[in-house]
Amino acid sequence: MTITVRIPAPLRPCTDGADELALEGRTVREVLDRLIASSHGLGERVLAGDGALRPFVNVYVGRQDVRGLQGLDTPVQDGDVLSIVPAVAGGRPERRRA
Amino acid sequence: MSAKDKRLGELKAAIPEVTPREAEALRQRGAALVDVREPDEVAQGSATGALRLVRGFLELRIEDAVPDLDRTVLVMCAGGVRSLFAAEGLRRMGYTDVRSVGGGFTRWKQDGLPVEVPATLDAAARERYARHLLMPEVGEEGQLKLLDSRVLLIGAGGLGSPAAYYLAAAGVGTLGLVDDDVVDRSNLQRQILHTDRDVGRPKVESAREALEALNPAVKVRTFAERLSSANVDAIFDGWDVVVDGSDNFPTRYLVNDACVKLGLPNVHGSIFRFDGQVTVFWPRRPGQPGPCYRCLYPEPPPPELAPSCAEAGVLGVLPGVIGTLEAVETIKLLLGLGDPLVGRMLVYDALRQRFTELELRRDPSCAWCGEGRPFPGYVDYEGFCSARTATSPAKTAT
Repeated sequence: MTITVRIPAPLRPCTDGADELALEGRTVREVLDRLIASSHGLGERVLAGDGALRPFVNVYVGRQDVRGLQGLDTPVQDGDVLSIVPAVAGGRPERRRA
Repeated sequence: MSAKDKRLGELKAAIPEVTPREAEALRQRGAALVDVREPDEVAQGSATGALRLVRGFLELRIEDAVPDLDRTVLVMCAGGVRSLFAAEGLRRMGYTDVRSVGGGFTRWKQDGLPVEVPATLDAAARERYARHLLMPEVGEEGQLKLLDSRVLLIGAGGLGSPAAYYLAAAGVGTLGLVDDDVVDRSNLQRQILHTDRDVGRPKVESAREALEALNPAVKVRTFAERLSSANVDAIFDGWDVVVDGSDNFPTRYLVNDACVKLGLPNVHGSIFRFDGQVTVFWPRRPGQPGPCYRCLYPEPPPPELAPSCAEAGVLGVLPGVIGTLEAVETIKLLLGLGDPLVGRMLVYDALRQRFTELELRRDPSCAWCGEGRPFPGYVDYEGFCSARTATSPAKTAT
């Protein structure tokens, strides 16, 4: 099962700049686990401590939000495209606010 | 007998006539009343509820206004003569029940029937919006609707600049601009409302000048303040559509919450480096409700995980693409055209030059827009958006 994973620009520092990766897996969770294992620091940006998706990140299989399917247990098929889409606000530097 | 009189005699024999009073009764029962007089005559007054289709373009435009060939059509001119010729033309097109209003608008007024002075475009407006007037989807009626519309733009920066510029050009009558920032030279790589001369000036002021220079008919209302829970209700009062071109999470959630509270469509765009997103959040869309921003992202990322263009940069043209798409969606919403981006998000990848469409889900248990839920009230947005990661509860539906 080869799945194309689209990496959004804010997470590309974690994948050495790659915007798409071909990964194996039978469910969204398996694909994400492989992605996290092969990247640096992407896990904490996408998944919370308990392994659930963070509330500011959505994952789509094709056009469908996995929350409307079976969440991270949604099965994927050869050729599926998995998109990670985080919330993006814009230009103001967020850190200076904290 | 002159050729004209001969022809009129033939038409009178062929076209049934109704009195203005009979015409009004028929109109109230569903017949189409069509005023075929010239624009300068109509500008002085016309029968209330009449369709105004000038004689010269009648056959070309009638089908958009009256698609049903079996609907009764009542044709009216000033005195009941031109309407006979017009009625004949409609019969030839296949309209099965066409009648002429005897005595025309002159007798209509004498009989004390209802008259209105329709809003019309003046000559300068006809020239300015000529390309819109040619399109039946806009036309004079649509253009008048745009001129009567009010759009509030949050941010006069990268996204707000192209959006406001095109909305002003299109003749959206009143534009509101909310921005408390001043123009910085580093803005000019993408914020096309401002010029080098404007560095140091409030963005809303330089934006107002640019928009008024483009289209003096547009009224620009400026709010040189930071949107907050304290001022949002006053600022959001009385607009048709809100365009979110803001640059930070506290404002995005506040804009969302206020739009949910007031039932306003929220045209949302965001950009990062070479990527952009655009959608319309509108939980109270009549008949077809869509999600709100909180359905999509119940919580913002903590500051240490939040991506920012100020640190990562953005291609200067990118907000042009996304802000222009926001303007397109805004005009579609104002005119009720096409299929708005409600419940769908366009994701733009400039490097691969690719648009991807994603389906957005409405969260039926959303605390903000869920059916029948009372508005929970505004929150402390700065605090909400600077919460640490560890305190963020995970989403349950994974």
